[in-house]
Amino acid sequence: MSTPLLSVRNLQKYFPTSRNVGFKKQKLQVKAVDGISFDLMKGETFGLVGESGCGKTTAGRTILKLIEPTAGEIIFEGQDITKLRPGLMTPLRSQMQIIFQDPFSALNPRQTVGKIISAPFEIQKVTPAGGVRNEVSALMERVGLNPEHYNRYPHEFSGGQRQRIGIARAIALKPKLIVADEPVSALDVSIQAQVINLIDDLQKADGISIVFIAHNLSVVQHISDRVAVMYLGKIMELAKTEDLFTAPHHPYTTALLSAVPQPDPRGERNRERIILKGDLPSPINPPAGCVFNTRCWKVQEVCRSKTPELLTVGKSQVACHFPE
Amino acid sequence: MPRFVLRRAYFAVLTLLLVSVVVYGVFSILPFDPAALTCGQKCTPAIVEANRVKLGFDKPLWEQYWLFLSGIFLGRTYGAGSAEFTCPAPSFGYSFNENMCVSDMLKEALPITINLAIGAFIIWIIVGVGLGLLAANFRGRWPDTISTVFVLLGTSMPTFVTGLFFLIYVTIKWKIVPLSLSGYISLLDDPVKYFQYFILPWITLAILYAAFYTRFTRATVLETLGEDYIRTARAKGLSERVVLLKHTMRAVLAPITTSAGLDIAGLIGGAIITESIFNLPGLGRMTLQAVYEFDLSVVLATTILAATVVIMMNLIVDIAYGYLDPRVRMK
Amino acid sequence: MKNLLEINDLKVTFPTNDGFVNAVDGVSLTVAPGETVAIVGESGSGKTVTSLSVIGLHNPKVTQISGSIMVKDKDESLDIVSAPLDKIRGYRGRVVSMIFQDPMSSLHPYYKIGSQLAEAYLVHHPGKKEAANKKAIEMLELVGISEPQMRAREYPHQFSGGMRQRVMIAMALMNDPALLIADEPTTALDVTVQAQILQLLKDLQKKSNMGILLITHDLGVVAQVADRVSVMYAGRMVEQGDVDDIFYSPHAPYTLGLLKSVPKMGAKNSERLKAIPGQPPSLINLPKACAFAPRCEYTSLAPAGSCESVRPDLIGVTESHKSRCHVPEEKRDKLFAAEIKGARA
Repeated sequence: MSTPLLSVRNLQKYFPTSRNVGFKKQKLQVKAVDGISFDLMKGETFGLVGESGCGKTTAGRTILKLIEPTAGEIIFEGQDITKLRPGLMTPLRSQMQIIFQDPFSALNPRQTVGKIISAPFEIQKVTPAGGVRNEVSALMERVGLNPEHYNRYPHEFSGGQRQRIGIARAIALKPKLIVADEPVSALDVSIQAQVINLIDDLQKADGISIVFIAHNLSVVQHISDRVAVMYLGKIMELAKTEDLFTAPHHPYTTALLSAVPQPDPRGERNRERIILKGDLPSPINPPAGCVFNTRCWKVQEVCRSKTPELLTVGKSQVACHFPE
Repeated sequence: MPRFVLRRAYFAVLTLLLVSVVVYGVFSILPFDPAALTCGQKCTPAIVEANRVKLGFDKPLWEQYWLFLSGIFLGRTYGAGSAEFTCPAPSFGYSFNENMCVSDMLKEALPITINLAIGAFIIWIIVGVGLGLLAANFRGRWPDTISTVFVLLGTSMPTFVTGLFFLIYVTIKWKIVPLSLSGYISLLDDPVKYFQYFILPWITLAILYAAFYTRFTRATVLETLGEDYIRTARAKGLSERVVLLKHTMRAVLAPITTSAGLDIAGLIGGAIITESIFNLPGLGRMTLQAVYEFDLSVVLATTILAATVVIMMNLIVDIAYGYLDPRVRMK
Repeated sequence: MKNLLEINDLKVTFPTNDGFVNAVDGVSLTVAPGETVAIVGESGSGKTVTSLSVIGLHNPKVTQISGSIMVKDKDESLDIVSAPLDKIRGYRGRVVSMIFQDPMSSLHPYYKIGSQLAEAYLVHHPGKKEAANKKAIEMLELVGISEPQMRAREYPHQFSGGMRQRVMIAMALMNDPALLIADEPTTALDVTVQAQILQLLKDLQKKSNMGILLITHDLGVVAQVADRVSVMYAGRMVEQGDVDDIFYSPHAPYTLGLLKSVPKMGAKNSERLKAIPGQPPSLINLPKACAFAPRCEYTSLAPAGSCESVRPDLIGVTESHKSRCHVPEEKRDKLFAAEIKGARA
């Protein structure tokens, strides 16, 4: 097995917050990401799924050190970048890029598309062979934009096209790693498919490794090689996509899969659905033991006292005392 | 809630101390001899020295400051023997220009300023919020146009122009409101004369603020009318009147209260121009006079008073906001 | 009138700086008691404008509206398009209720939950305060909020997203309406919470036999809860039929394209998605042609030039299944069935 492009070990990100208790401020912590570990292979797409507040977005940004981690290690191409100063990060930045969820707010409305896409060259002080202008035109063509629209502004484009602009910017420097944070969730169904295909194609052509963050399980299943399911800052289950979707081992994964309605009315009518009770607990004060114990239908005494480790069950890694 | 108030009060006291130190410091580095200013043309070196001792200007700066501070709570006695006199607590010092304790001067000036501010406030809130609501409700139609014109005039005409206009035309030329020569009369003693005395200053002061509040209310109401919960209110079958006056106004109340509280606090520090035009012996005019004459005690007193009012109002606004916005209350 | 709602040839246009927007262009549909009718479409398809017009929530000052929207209330019925606002208000929340996409912003942040619920009752039962409060507690309990007495005294921000949508549902049902319009009711919620809310709506519907008009873009949700479906594209209805017709025998190219473009769970993930190329058209000054023609891959099967110049009519495949397309039906029948089978395999 080859060495991973990116290794994340025990990554934690706690955000400080406070609550006033009389004269004193009580210091609290939002445990957004609470000890996750995974490897990302070269050319692999790694899906990170979970519901809102599970820490998937924070995890994605912390991996790229857009947010400083609280603890843990991030090893990129064998180099520990966890404690790297911003100045030393700059050359590495060309190797790792991000695509944002909201194509409307992620682009500077006062810059032309050409300027936006050529920004990475300026920042990294790289002049591509043939000049920046030609390279940007080529990039625009690659992501399916008309290069003649070089001097247009973001507001002149639709949501799907704007996401293409964001993708062109992300691949400009031929990065090895892209974190795609909900790249299609703001888009309409028919446009979603276009963008997913585009990401798929670019990855196959360039061998980029992608961390694909999304809440839409169908999309994640379609695009990912392996998937990690997150809940309250922790990974509940990590497996090859096929294994995770056909034979889930963690009760939360099972419930999550069963909750997603499929575009198949006959199947839906006969489907047994596991409906979880209640809401997500607060990440400020997560439940003791297994974080899922408040909503789990298989809960037993040990779940409330002992945190389950992520262990191998069958072909998957599962953090559950009673895996299926 | 009590703990919250206590904490805020603690910071308020600190702020006031800081304000007083700064004012004291500024005056002490000015190139004037405060003792020499106490006697004007009659000054001889002997009188100056006597007054210096009498008012405590001979003592080191920190001691002078301490005497001033303790005077607020304990009162202060000046001079000795037959020339001895006392300004009882709360003493803010003694003004040689007026030959009075500053606290007595405040007692005369403060009611005028407060009456001026509150009267103007009532007018501007009614006019401003009313006109703003009308403009928002009839957006793009004639009430909206009228309000736009009013806002434009109100915000662009300086107070001394509107004030002088009222004084010259309404009082002197057209004689609609008689010139009030009797000075300040309390509302309880003679309501008619009270209103004659205050009505024009009120309007003068209120016009500017009413214009601001019209614009502010219109914008806030329009923004609120676009909120999802207003759509929900309509979907329940509520009439437009209830949607506007209950659901929308309830949401607009909090920001209006905030700015109204702070604006009123600013006015109590003195509406200098209005008071000067209409010859009202309020705090603003008193402060202006004192600054001209380097009357340290008076300036110090009015500054601290103004600061106190602003800080208190801030506190009141914060508490009120807690009542108006449940989301703040819980935290 | 047998149906709760009968929309006939509804057209809604409003002016913008760039010209008139034909937000809804000739929509007809019905909702009967106890059934769930879904309107599916992407953003800008006119589905939300349609739903808002049903309770007259379009802006009457600028909107031009024609056609008819008949809403049934016991023995009488009202045409929302032509009725005076006073009359419409009497129907809102009593005969027709609505819940919205974003439960976070749809409740008034400054009023207690209990009083917001009670208000919905009091509008139509003036003065009956006690009954209103009692009903509020009852409804909160019905939608699965524990300790309703206590929670009625709380404010919206003290509720989670899913709980707020329950509150919205409780509020909508305060007067036991015959028809509920649910505009993207679960779009802002997580899947596990979405499952709870959809289940709740189904249960409530069984109890009261109310009709539900569901507005959504999510084909999975449609498959799970709808009985009949209307597919909208660019303000027009392109296909209408029973849920099985729409999903297993689509006859409009747009419906087919939509179904093919959604990634399905459980299917092999190595295949490329069949995306619909291009962008939805601008609704300003739409040409008198098939709005989907520029993105359609079947125009060559239609009589030459028809797709680009003539607007197809909504024609019945069967009595209950209608679609809008110039391609002769016998050609579509086999081709589309094969395509949808291929996509499902």
